[in-house]
Amino acid sequence: MNEKNLANSQLGALVYDPAPESASIARIKSSYGLFIDGAFTEASAHEHFVTLNPATEEVLATVSRASDADVDRAVRSARHAYEKVWSKTTGAERAKYLFRIARLIQERSRELAVVETLDNGKPIRESRDIDIPLAAAHFFYYAGWADKLDHAGYGASPQPLGVAGQIIPWNFPLLMAAWKLAPALAAGNTCVLKPAETTPLTALVLAEILEQAELPSGVVNIITGDGSTGAALVEHPGVDKIAFTGSTEVGRLIQQRVASSAKHLTLELGGKGANIVFEDAPIDEMIEGIIDGIFFNQGHVCCAGSRLLVQESIADEVLRRLVRRVEQLRVGDPMDKNTDVGAINSAAQLARIQELTAFGEREGATRYSSACTLPDKGYWFAPTVFADVAQSHRIAREEIFGPVLSVLTFRTPDEAVAKANNTNYGLACGVWSEKGSRTLWVAERLRAGVIWANTYNRFDPASPFGGVRESGFGREGGRQGLEAYLNV
Amino acid sequence: MSDRLEVRKTYKLLVNGAFPRSESGRTYEVLSARGEFLANVAQGSRKDLRDAVVAARAAQSKWWSSSAYNRGQVIYRCAEMAESRRAELAEHVGLAEGVGAKQSAKSVARAIDRIIWYAGWTDKVAQVFGGANPVAGPFFNFSVPKPCGVVAVVASQDSSLEGFVDQVFAPLCTGNSVIAVSSERRPTPSILLGEMTATSDFPPGVLNIVTGVTSELAPILASHEDVDGIDLTGLDQSAATELHALAAGSIKRVFRSSAHDTSSSTRRLRTFIDTSTVWHTIGQ
Repeated sequence: MNEKNLANSQLGALVYDPAPESASIARIKSSYGLFIDGAFTEASAHEHFVTLNPATEEVLATVSRASDADVDRAVRSARHAYEKVWSKTTGAERAKYLFRIARLIQERSRELAVVETLDNGKPIRESRDIDIPLAAAHFFYYAGWADKLDHAGYGASPQPLGVAGQIIPWNFPLLMAAWKLAPALAAGNTCVLKPAETTPLTALVLAEILEQAELPSGVVNIITGDGSTGAALVEHPGVDKIAFTGSTEVGRLIQQRVASSAKHLTLELGGKGANIVFEDAPIDEMIEGIIDGIFFNQGHVCCAGSRLLVQESIADEVLRRLVRRVEQLRVGDPMDKNTDVGAINSAAQLARIQELTAFGEREGATRYSSACTLPDKGYWFAPTVFADVAQSHRIAREEIFGPVLSVLTFRTPDEAVAKANNTNYGLACGVWSEKGSRTLWVAERLRAGVIWANTYNRFDPASPFGGVRESGFGREGGRQGLEAYLNV
Repeated sequence: MSDRLEVRKTYKLLVNGAFPRSESGRTYEVLSARGEFLANVAQGSRKDLRDAVVAARAAQSKWWSSSAYNRGQVIYRCAEMAESRRAELAEHVGLAEGVGAKQSAKSVARAIDRIIWYAGWTDKVAQVFGGANPVAGPFFNFSVPKPCGVVAVVASQDSSLEGFVDQVFAPLCTGNSVIAVSSERRPTPSILLGEMTATSDFPPGVLNIVTGVTSELAPILASHEDVDGIDLTGLDQSAATELHALAAGSIKRVFRSSAHDTSSSTRRLRTFIDTSTVWHTIGQ
């Protein structure tokens, strides 16, 4: 009996019944306006676009497209709120607003999880257990900082920057909103937040939460739109700070644009994370960690462990076990509580994944894709592992941002470090070994902002997150996350 | 005045611990603030900068992996070297900036004190800007500020020594290697300082100093893919904007300022560090 049949026969005994989460709690409205100056308003040009459920291609809601005039309105509202209200609100009072927001997110967490999964395509298990609780935790963490900024390590009485323009991606919609808003507000800034075009809904629910929290009007403005809306926000002279999470390509353009202004800038960009596996690693945990490192959130993770560097002596066994484990991943309905891998977020992203994986085959790598059945409708990509990958291959160099793992090998710790660092990116890496001294030796030499040892893809509001080199600069999370929003 | 004819010095570059002339063979005339001939200074080229970047990249890991205590010792040693050559430095600051003896002596004193300030930072940075993070889970989580790597410095055009010292030692003390482009018209104090670093146990290539025409040299560093950060202080607003946009090509860390910094702010120092956070599992 070969490996695959063995895997299937074991799986055969483990057929799960569907366990769908109910969509009714989402209460998604048919259309949403722009949240400016404390109220939902119609876009000035009356332009709209729709947001889809990527698992079904069904329309979820119609959303407003903010024009340049709307961006201007939002920035003015933020400026007004900064000057008249927020800069005069004490840290202790700002803290209480943030605590309120954290609590309201907790209260509405099930609703938010369902909306997130419907809009993004990620498994409900992840939005329920990771995205939403972490979003609340970020507000809770930074709430406590608002009246303790003197103790943050940047000198006495650090001042806010003013109006922050914040542009976030579609992979963790609400969580990224929390990462941006919580430290900015704690530090005393007001915000204009632009959610991603394909995942605007949880940010709009968050706007309702801000209303419930009675956050003063204009302190946070949430404007939906596309790339042109983001560009208008970057260009707006009334903005003091730009915080962007997204691709290195766009980050580069933003840094160029911002060069001619006095705007402060932090960038959290792409990655091509190396997950380094030494022969003494605890193998069961390590296999699960590799799987979690690349297939978590369909691989739509800037810090994904998309390059597996495995020590040659155990490479065959690791690959065999990985391929078997990939077959066991449950791919399908994101609303099913048993689903491991959900839908690809958009048709455009699916096309990019398909293009790069086709290149992988053409360049000579060996492809193993899960034989799972994919739904007829929606955007799907079977979890895939490439073996025999060379460092020069596109699938080893470019960020795929999908459920695709490239496996490379190494012999010595020096070689592992050299290969891990052989990229222009530097966001995250993993190290798997039972030998603490070697793990720390490797960690010291990796050019990466985050290093996970015997774990992967862990996030916490107290832990600074962000890149080096072309993965960007500035940190989100922890005391260091305040620096991005203080004039220090 | 004695009758003795003075032995003059040829002012050269500092690249990889050696003092070469520019590979281009070019020199340019540097005048004192009063307009008198001071020196024919090496006019660095693109090739000199490329050599310097290669040297800086190779030296950086060695500099960073030496202990923070050791980096502090080396930087302090540089202050000792400068202290014993105060008179010479002051003479050149006076000639370059056109200030009187009293003022130039004070400037040199401040510059040396600033070097010591940075010497003391080397083993404080990790504690002040890093530390353990209380994450919700069975992990030991800690953050370490790491050097961004190779930093280019476009030195202040006006403040020939103090400005230069602040710009160069801020990135050096956190473990970066540096390629500095000296003040175009006032380069000699920085060249003297470079000579002093050569007797301060800096590993070769950690500090490289290239003299020449700023408008020629600075864009080469701003667009160089193997440079991780750049301090644009020595440029006017429009040139700084242009080079800032060039630096975006490889997402460099950029420091901009219109004047040199004498404050206790750590902004310049922080610009060229990246927080690296390690999560390690805790278990039996």
